[in-house]
Amino acid sequence: MIEMDAIQKRIIEEVADLHEVPEGAYNFRANSQLAGRNTTANIDIVSKDDGSGIDIKIKPGTKNESVHIPVVVSASGLKETVYNDFYIGENSDVVIVAGCGIHNCGNQDSEHDGIHRFYVGKGAKCRYVEKHYGSGDGEGKRILNPGTEVYMEEDSSMEMEMVQIKGVDSTVRTTTAKLAAGARLVVRERLMTHGDQTAESVYRVELNGEGSSADVVSRSVARDRSWQKFDACITGNAPSSGHTECDSIIMDEGKILAVPSLEANCVDSMLVHEAAIGKIAGEQLVKLMTLGLTETEAEEQIINGFLK
Amino acid sequence: MLELQHVSFDVSDERDKNIGIIEDLSLVIPDRKFVVVTGPNGGGKSTLARLIAGVEKPTAGRILFDGTDITEMSITDRAKMGISFAFQQPVRFKGLQVLDLIRLASGNRNLSVGDACEYLSAVGLCARDYIRREVNASLSGGELKRIEIATVLARKTRLSVFDEPEAGIDLWSFQNLIQVFERMRKDISDSSIMIISHQERILNIADEIVVLADGKIRSQGPKEEVLPELIGTDAAVNACQKLL
Repeated sequence: MIEMDAIQKRIIEEVADLHEVPEGAYNFRANSQLAGRNTTANIDIVSKDDGSGIDIKIKPGTKNESVHIPVVVSASGLKETVYNDFYIGENSDVVIVAGCGIHNCGNQDSEHDGIHRFYVGKGAKCRYVEKHYGSGDGEGKRILNPGTEVYMEEDSSMEMEMVQIKGVDSTVRTTTAKLAAGARLVVRERLMTHGDQTAESVYRVELNGEGSSADVVSRSVARDRSWQKFDACITGNAPSSGHTECDSIIMDEGKILAVPSLEANCVDSMLVHEAAIGKIAGEQLVKLMTLGLTETEAEEQIINGFLK
Repeated sequence: MLELQHVSFDVSDERDKNIGIIEDLSLVIPDRKFVVVTGPNGGGKSTLARLIAGVEKPTAGRILFDGTDITEMSITDRAKMGISFAFQQPVRFKGLQVLDLIRLASGNRNLSVGDACEYLSAVGLCARDYIRREVNASLSGGELKRIEIATVLARKTRLSVFDEPEAGIDLWSFQNLIQVFERMRKDISDSSIMIISHQERILNIADEIVVLADGKIRSQGPKEEVLPELIGTDAAVNACQKLL
C-alpha cells in the first residue's frame, strides 16, 4: 500500500472512521491514484478496463463482511469523475463504507464526482454509509457531486446513511432508486452547510413492485449565508408505501428550499410527505440556559442533537 | 435566600397602554423553606417565576439572591449561581436524549448512566426505559413533566422554582409527583424550593403559602394560617376536582 501523508490520513479518519487499515475488503483512492486494495474470498474489487473506476463484486450468501472505499483529494485543481459499480449477490448481508474528503489549500477548485451504482440481488441486505468532508483554507472551492443509482431486486433491503457536516463548498447529490416487489429502502441524510456553501439533494424513488417501501428522511442545518435544496419524489407504481421527510433548521441568513413530492400511479400505493423548516425555538434555548449553558453552547447542543 | 424588592413588571397592549402584571411586589424565599405560591389564573404567578429565572426582566425593583443583586443578570448567570427553573410546559428537543439533558443539567458531561438513572427513578420513571429516549413528541405530557423535574433534581441548586408541576398530567402521575415533592421537602437541607401550584396536597407540604392575585400578594404566612382560608377556593383544589 502506498504511504499516505498526514493530511490524507486525517481525511480518511474523518470520512471512514478509520485509524488504520480496515479488516475485510477495501480500496483506497488518493489524488486519482490507487493507494491500497484488499480483496477477500467473497468480495472482489477490480479496476474497470478503461480506468474510469472499480467494480465491487460480492458473492451470493456473503454474510457480515464489509467494504471500505474512501477517497481523498488533497491536490488543488484536481477534477475527477469516478464510476464505482457494486454487485451485491443474492441473500448476502454486507456493510459498505464510502466517503470522500477534499483538502484544498490552493487557489484552484477541486472536484470529485463519484457515481455509485448498486445492483442489490434478491433477498440481499446492504448498509451503505457515506460521509463527505472538506478542509483546507485555500480559495479554491471543494466540490462534491455524488450520483447514486440503486437497483433493488425482490425482497432486498438497503439502508443508506449520508452525512455531510463540514467544509464542502458545493454539492449536488442525486440519488435514484428502483424497487422490485418486497424491496425496502431507508435513507437517512444529515447535512450542515455554513459560510457561502450550497447543497442540493435530489431523490427519485420508484416503487415498482408489490409490497415495496421507501423511507427517505433528511435532517439539515443551514447556517451563515448557505443555501440548500431538498427535492425528493417518491413514485408509487404498485401497491407500496413511501414516506419522505425533510426537517430543517435555518440560522443567520441561511436559506432552504424543500420540494417534497409524491406521485401515485396505483390506487394501493400509500405515500406521505412531511417538511418542516424553522429556526431554533426560543424556548429550547431558554431551557438549556436555565441549566447553565450560554446561548452559544445551547445552540451547539441543539444542533448536535438534531444531526446525531 | 431570594429577595424581591418592590418588583413590577408591565407589558404594553396593542395601543401601547401599560398593563401591570406584577405590581410593587416584595417577597422573601428564605433558606430551608418550601414555599408554595397560589392564587387565581392570570394573577401573575408564572410571570413571577420567569422573573426569578431571568427569562423576563422587571420593569422596576430589584431581585437579590444570597445578597447579590441579580436584577440585570442573564438566565445563564443566574443558573450558574444556583437558581433552577422547571417549566410549566416542558420543551421538546429532536435528537437530544433524556441522558443528554440530565448530563447537561448536572454540569457533568461524563455523568454515568447509573447516576443519571437515579434522577429518573426519583421522579417515578423506570430509568432503563427512558434514559436513551429522545426528548421529542413521542413522550407524553406526564413523562416530559417528570423528566423536567428530574433535570432540576440533577442540578442540586440553592433555589428550585417549579411552575405548576401538576399542569397537564394525569391523576395517576400526580399521585407519584406528590411523593417526589414530599421527599424534596425532607431533603431540603440548606436549599429552598418555590412551587407554583393550586393543588391542596402540594399546599399541604408547604412551610409557607403566598397567595398572588392581580399581581399583588393578597396574603402570606405559615401554612397553618393561610391554608384554612383557601380550602374550597380555586387556589386550593382537590386533585380529583381539578384533574378528573
